[in-house]
Amino acid sequence: MVSKSLDQNRPHRKLSTHPSNWIRPLASGLAVLDAHGEPIFHIDATRIADTVIVTHGHADHARPGHKHVIASAETLAIMKARYGANFAERVTALRWHETMRIGDVDIHLVPAGHVLGSAQIVLDYEGARVVVSGDYKRKSDPTCAPFEPVPCDVFITEATFALPVFSHPEPLLEINRILVSLKQFPERAHVIGAYSLGKAQRVIALLRQAGYQEPIYIHGALQKLCQLYQDHGIDLGILAPATTGEKGKPQQALAGQIVIAPPSALADRWSRRLPDPLIIMASGWMQVKQRAKQSGVEMPLILSDHADWNDLLATIDEVNPQEVWITHGREDALMRALSLKNMTAKALHLIGYEDDAE
Amino acid sequence: MITFARLLEKLLFTPQRNTKIQHLSEWLHHTPMPDRGWGLAALVGEFQSKKAKPALIREMVSTKSDAELFAISYDFVGDLAETVALIWPEPECRPNQPPPTLSEIVGALDHASADETRFLIQQWLDCSDTTTRWGLLKLTTGGLRVGASARMVRLALAQAYEAAVEDIEEIWPLLEPPYTTLFDWLEGRAERPNADGKAVFRPLMLAHPVDDNDVTDMTPDKWLVEWKWDGARVQLASGHDGVRLFSRSGDDISSGFPELTKSLSWHGTLDGELLAGTPDNIAPFQNLQQRLNRKKPSANLMQSIPVFLRAYDILLEDDDDLRQLPIEQRRLKLEKTVKILNHSAIDLSAFLPFTDPQQLISWRQQCREGGLIEGLMLKARNSMYQQGRVKGLWFKWKRDPLTADVVLLYAQRGHGKRSSLFSDYTFGAWMENPDNPAEPPILVPVGKAYSGFSDAELKKLDAFVRANTTQRFGPVRELEKTLVVEVAFDAISRSTRHKSGVAMRFPRFQRIRWDKPAIEADDLPTLMKWIDS
Repeated sequence: MVSKSLDQNRPHRKLSTHPSNWIRPLASGLAVLDAHGEPIFHIDATRIADTVIVTHGHADHARPGHKHVIASAETLAIMKARYGANFAERVTALRWHETMRIGDVDIHLVPAGHVLGSAQIVLDYEGARVVVSGDYKRKSDPTCAPFEPVPCDVFITEATFALPVFSHPEPLLEINRILVSLKQFPERAHVIGAYSLGKAQRVIALLRQAGYQEPIYIHGALQKLCQLYQDHGIDLGILAPATTGEKGKPQQALAGQIVIAPPSALADRWSRRLPDPLIIMASGWMQVKQRAKQSGVEMPLILSDHADWNDLLATIDEVNPQEVWITHGREDALMRALSLKNMTAKALHLIGYEDDAE
Repeated sequence: MITFARLLEKLLFTPQRNTKIQHLSEWLHHTPMPDRGWGLAALVGEFQSKKAKPALIREMVSTKSDAELFAISYDFVGDLAETVALIWPEPECRPNQPPPTLSEIVGALDHASADETRFLIQQWLDCSDTTTRWGLLKLTTGGLRVGASARMVRLALAQAYEAAVEDIEEIWPLLEPPYTTLFDWLEGRAERPNADGKAVFRPLMLAHPVDDNDVTDMTPDKWLVEWKWDGARVQLASGHDGVRLFSRSGDDISSGFPELTKSLSWHGTLDGELLAGTPDNIAPFQNLQQRLNRKKPSANLMQSIPVFLRAYDILLEDDDDLRQLPIEQRRLKLEKTVKILNHSAIDLSAFLPFTDPQQLISWRQQCREGGLIEGLMLKARNSMYQQGRVKGLWFKWKRDPLTADVVLLYAQRGHGKRSSLFSDYTFGAWMENPDNPAEPPILVPVGKAYSGFSDAELKKLDAFVRANTTQRFGPVRELEKTLVVEVAFDAISRSTRHKSGVAMRFPRFQRIRWDKPAIEADDLPTLMKWIDS
């Protein structure tokens, strides 16, 4: 995972203006401040704000109603698909590595590997470089550009799966378990619960990679975003709506087929139309068997769009910052691990980002 | 160990009984001996390693993980075996060997000293993946707890080898892990192990429920009648190899009941009811429950809750198989045997003399007064002892259930097929406000019911829950306290576990009272009147 091209031993510079003077967590989210302490812009603002850079399209990070939204073109397209064309007064699309200056801060985006369009935000100000990772992962994902490590002075990371118990397995191995189960239970509808942005499309693309060529049936709530992914050139194969036929009656045509739905639909009335459903849940949380069991899942699939423990630590080593700031998740374990490596770390205690959305 | 760990994982996550059996049966098919036998032993709880104590596992992991990180992780995961399986780091240099097979584990741990055990387990963990580590730790620290009973495992065995489960159950007490003789028989290499003269489980004869109407034809010349005791059906077997007590599912429960399993000079098999108390002072079922829950009762518990066997049938005696005799004749043998045994913990279930079917009705009504009798057993005088639920020979006529009008308080989703429906209900009865009797009364939970409604009613109930949720606590919905349900239950007893101080036995829906206002539901004192003394 560690790229050799990076200068691991880059000496830490002495910073003339410590970034904690100009970037801070506010109640409205992470903000870059001017000399008077007023926000110039936010990153993933949790309340309505003037200028907001959005890392990715998940609802807790990308909210409608801001004045000016700056993001990757894909993220803007996702926001438009979810909230309608008027989700902001003004939008600016940035290509990867394209620089933009707001106030005296230079910003550019690099891929975060979380979902389509997901970006890390690189901030350069008075010789100091801060990278806001947003949500990210390091495992392979055919549906988005891979994470690009950027050496920096302050690395602001997520910590969703920051416990040494999280070590996510190879995605294709996990996906293959579905195909094996289809052979063992050819009469059961295999229903996969997957978050509608990112996870669902990744599951479909992985199934295709694993050689599954049958039509895949999708819940109505996934339709728009799957189309959007396909419009962006990601091949998802043949998709068909799962919600046809008479309400509340099992549809025999779905026996032995793969159906994908948002997790909330799995335990809801919607699932009644599936013949003898085998409930599969694709999430990083599925790694803990006791938890997976409690959620009533018959086949837990460990598939995460976040970095696992080893990848978090490896990424931090790779970008080699002077300080690590932690936005949300299990910060106590990550802080402990970093203190064992004599690294400076602090928790920002940002609120408003969901833990369980994954 | 790799495939066995996967099997355990599947069993843990599969809600449907039949699918579990399918997984088990598939694993049995694909696993070679002797691994198959050792896995089977672990599944039915007959293999337990006493060497890998949790303390040892904790000590091992402390050399691999920072204590604080382990504590945070354990707190999150909540299960020691799983936390260790997940947190165990990939060794920098993986041992050049596959994870151990089940027989390697059993063989190695058998002679290992404490130090050797530590070394072995460490090495095994190093060459395994997460799920295999999890299975390995569950196996070596005892208690798989993956939701597969011994009975279910034997059913899967029967399915995998197209054998009758009764034939397997009968010889089970003669077998020892890894069950070579069992598989030799199932795979056609040898005869079935001979159970003659041994203390083994014989398939039970079961009774059908009876309709009130059927009873009018039952005349004393054709039928025998006795009380249906409110205990646990058991079988007591005595042979050259000792005395064993079996539950109705064929599980050997001898260790829990030393008063019945001291060796006897008499050899044979008795069928009867296990009851708490003494023959002239029977204790309520929940006392027996405490004994049933203990694999090894303490001397104290045995003294405070003694048990005895009330025998109602005899299947074998010495070399004679009595099952082909009509019950009338078996009964004479039984009376003689119980007298000869002269055992302080074995007595006879008496027949009730009757002259006319009307008498049956009045006896059944009396059942409720005693409380320790569940109803009547009606057995055809000419009935041979046959396995299973044979039509027309034995009937059970349960007393009418008790009923109460209660108010639904909480709802939870069901499992498997019912996972989209709110099908598990907690209900309550009225109670005087404990803080201030002048205040309006409050509702306290008195039980939980999951059955008794039709599919159509369940849909209506589900709609009611969705429209009347006042709060959510994780998976639990608190409801508007408006819907009254008439629940039926077999008994009610005092309980310190519940706030209301009572617990119901097998409550189920009888009728949904959409029409009845909640305030007219029953109160706690009304329910308490039914408590059996």
